[in-house]
Amino acid sequence: MSNLLGRLDWNAIPFHELILLYTFIAVSLGGVAILAAITYYRAWGPLWRDWITSIDHKKIGIMYIILGVVMLLRGFSDALMMRAQQALSFGNSPGYLPPHHYDQVFTAHGVIMIFFVAMPLVTGLMNFVVPLQIGARDVAFPFLNNFSFWMTTFGAGLVMMSLFVGEFARTGWLAYPPLSGIAYSPDVGVDYYIWALQIAGVGTLLSGINLIATIVKMRAPGMTLMKMPVFTWTALCTNVLIVAAFPVLTAVLAMLSLDRYAGTSFFTNELGGNPMMYVNLIWIWGHPEVYILILPAFGVFSEVVATFCGKRLFGYASMVYATVVITILSYLVWLHHFFTMGSGASVNSFFGITTMIISIPTGAKIFNWLFTMYRGRIRFEVPMMWTLGFMITFVIGGMTGVLLAVPPADFALHNSLFLVAHFHNVIIGGVLFGMMAGITYWFPKAFGFKLDPFWGKCSFWFWLVGFWFAFMPLYVLGLMGVTRRLSHFDDPSLRIWFLIAAFGAVLIFLGILSFLIQLYVSFRNRESLRDTTGDPWDGRTLEWSTSSPPPAYNFAFTPVVRDNDTWDDMKKNGYVRPQSGFVPIHMPKNTGAGFVLAALSAVVGFALIWHMWLLACVGFAGLLISIVVHTFNYKRDFHIPAEEVGRVEDIRTRMLVGSHV
Amino acid sequence: MAAEGMFAAGAGVAGGTVAGGAAGAVPRFYLTREHHPENGTLFGFWLYLMSDCLVFACLFATYAVLGRSYAGGPTGGELFNLPLVAVNTSLLLLSSITYGFAMLEVQRGRLRATLVWLGITGLLGAGFIGIELTEFTHLIHEGAGPQRSAFLSSFFTLVGTHGLHVTFGIVWLITLMVQSAKHGLIPENRRRLMCLSMFWHFLDVVWIGVFTFVYLMGVLP
Repeated sequence: MSNLLGRLDWNAIPFHELILLYTFIAVSLGGVAILAAITYYRAWGPLWRDWITSIDHKKIGIMYIILGVVMLLRGFSDALMMRAQQALSFGNSPGYLPPHHYDQVFTAHGVIMIFFVAMPLVTGLMNFVVPLQIGARDVAFPFLNNFSFWMTTFGAGLVMMSLFVGEFARTGWLAYPPLSGIAYSPDVGVDYYIWALQIAGVGTLLSGINLIATIVKMRAPGMTLMKMPVFTWTALCTNVLIVAAFPVLTAVLAMLSLDRYAGTSFFTNELGGNPMMYVNLIWIWGHPEVYILILPAFGVFSEVVATFCGKRLFGYASMVYATVVITILSYLVWLHHFFTMGSGASVNSFFGITTMIISIPTGAKIFNWLFTMYRGRIRFEVPMMWTLGFMITFVIGGMTGVLLAVPPADFALHNSLFLVAHFHNVIIGGVLFGMMAGITYWFPKAFGFKLDPFWGKCSFWFWLVGFWFAFMPLYVLGLMGVTRRLSHFDDPSLRIWFLIAAFGAVLIFLGILSFLIQLYVSFRNRESLRDTTGDPWDGRTLEWSTSSPPPAYNFAFTPVVRDNDTWDDMKKNGYVRPQSGFVPIHMPKNTGAGFVLAALSAVVGFALIWHMWLLACVGFAGLLISIVVHTFNYKRDFHIPAEEVGRVEDIRTRMLVGSHV
Repeated sequence: MAAEGMFAAGAGVAGGTVAGGAAGAVPRFYLTREHHPENGTLFGFWLYLMSDCLVFACLFATYAVLGRSYAGGPTGGELFNLPLVAVNTSLLLLSSITYGFAMLEVQRGRLRATLVWLGITGLLGAGFIGIELTEFTHLIHEGAGPQRSAFLSSFFTLVGTHGLHVTFGIVWLITLMVQSAKHGLIPENRRRLMCLSMFWHFLDVVWIGVFTFVYLMGVLP
């Protein structure tokens, strides 16, 4: 029995930690309530048929975003706990979190926010929008898309499980050795980290390949590369970065696991190992990763600015070139994360200068958005507000980044709260604001009704003001020399800054709350917020030419593209929507294989974390067999009959007529 | 072909009537027949191979950094048995040639000959794996296992990762042989055989890197 369960026993369940126990009870009650509701409404069948096994890129995109929002709640709870601990833990007061718990909280916060909030939001948005923007019926590999989503989700599941079974890593979000090696982290925390990221990483890599192939091979006729919408361009560059960066993460984590499981000496202090090799490799992945996150946000802002200023985007070509230059440069800067390694003045200068150069294409983008707004008819809808908030906030974050790129300054500021403030400045002000703008912008396309603008504005203002309150004090503290990841402080004069930061975190909490209220209120008022035209914002790109939500096949007839802003061109030049002559449409079939394979991968991961070797072997064999069995299925597609297309299109015709009355 | 013809027609009409708002035919904004974009599988698989290539690049880079960190243990010059590696290398290179023959038979549409060449390829691959495992067992028995030094950790990981790829390639090869025997050389199976072909040749190229960089340069003083 003990062999079967490996290291897992009752000690792994944190009964003695009251915070975790209450969280567990709350999560269990919530989970039971959700399961009961699904059963009560007899939703298991539809859930399995229409969502879990769906290979429709739109549904997968929506599921990614739901995953991102759910994990945001978890990641933000961690943030609130840290802010509370640092506000309380002064002098004689130890705060309420013991150090070993606090260390797990800051590790989980970073890992969750990057891998399971930002990545799903970005991937979800790309998944939903890109095929619509290029006039395609789906992605290049629809089954793989479903599989990728479930790999990401089960990876997130493993991180969540570590909360209640065992523990999470106490190493910081990049798990530097030798701390993350077996000698200093003998328990399961780092193993949860490794296998969650490996499983989710496979999903991310495959979805990257999938979207590149989609963009390269499936654009509508006439859409040359320089006629692609800017969001699609940024998606292309982001996915190139994913394919070029995630294998490095896979490899470096594989080597770390060999050190931990097989007793090798890659990153150990003994037997010739070199921990700095790990630090180099993980940042060769890690730096492109931040551009993987920010580029699609830049794409969102480009779409939003052009739409809400009623103008063609200023400097389309320079926007594309800036994106490509950032893509390339993002590979040449990784060493700026550890100038203190001691690689010498020449190497540090090289990486300092390449880092500073990135601000040039980024600055060009800012000016392009500004010039698009110049003499535009700006409509201050919620997506536009996020965009303006981004432009102001992100520029400050970019400037502190250039400060940190100066190696001598970095020697003083590295590992300080100044750095923490900087990257939150660009990730919240850039990625998060971008995703909020994107979600608000494309929500009516996905669900057929707009989000309520009042609660959207509340969310925006709370986030914006909250961000400034939460992170400006950290710049100050960082300049005063306070290092990151501390759970206790002796100097009471610092406390006021932590109190201000905690206040900011509460404002951000209200921002998130407003967003959730916004979802609820919009759903309740969906009839009055209904978008019957498919084009609620007077959009410019192809996704606005089809209905909201789009039919399963996206477009009854494949569009022919003549201009960058295709839909704008169609509206201005006498496009008449076809109402007859429909033909059968060739579509891929749903399949449960992706879910099954991802679930088996999670079982193998869990078994490896707990050293349940038998289960790991059985699970792996099962995984391999399932893959082979899946390849024996040759019947993977079907045709939507022309009559069915006609029926769906007639409904849209009636809606359009209704909206013009 | 049909899709490309439609594409040309659509683009031609569109290009001919760039609207200026003036009177005249309304430009074509959509295709009236079903559009069949080019299949992206081979391109997608090539992208996967490039990502796999990066995994190997990391392992090579690690070997480059740690490959001389012997920690007082044995060196490559003391351990490597070059004649055995030469046999091994020839087996793998030969298997690439036989896979090429199999693909030629696929082009000719001859199922039996395809299966024979695939079978020979698989046997050569199995021989390669067999010799590699022999080498590994021998090293471990000599006390030169992956735990001995950073050099041996990176050696076993790089060479072992390649061997693992060949092993999965063999599993895939057998699967495709069964599927081809069952369904014939239908387009799906041709596409799959083409993907495995790229995979197999890719592993060959990686092995040339391993052979040169690890074994040949490893025995240099």
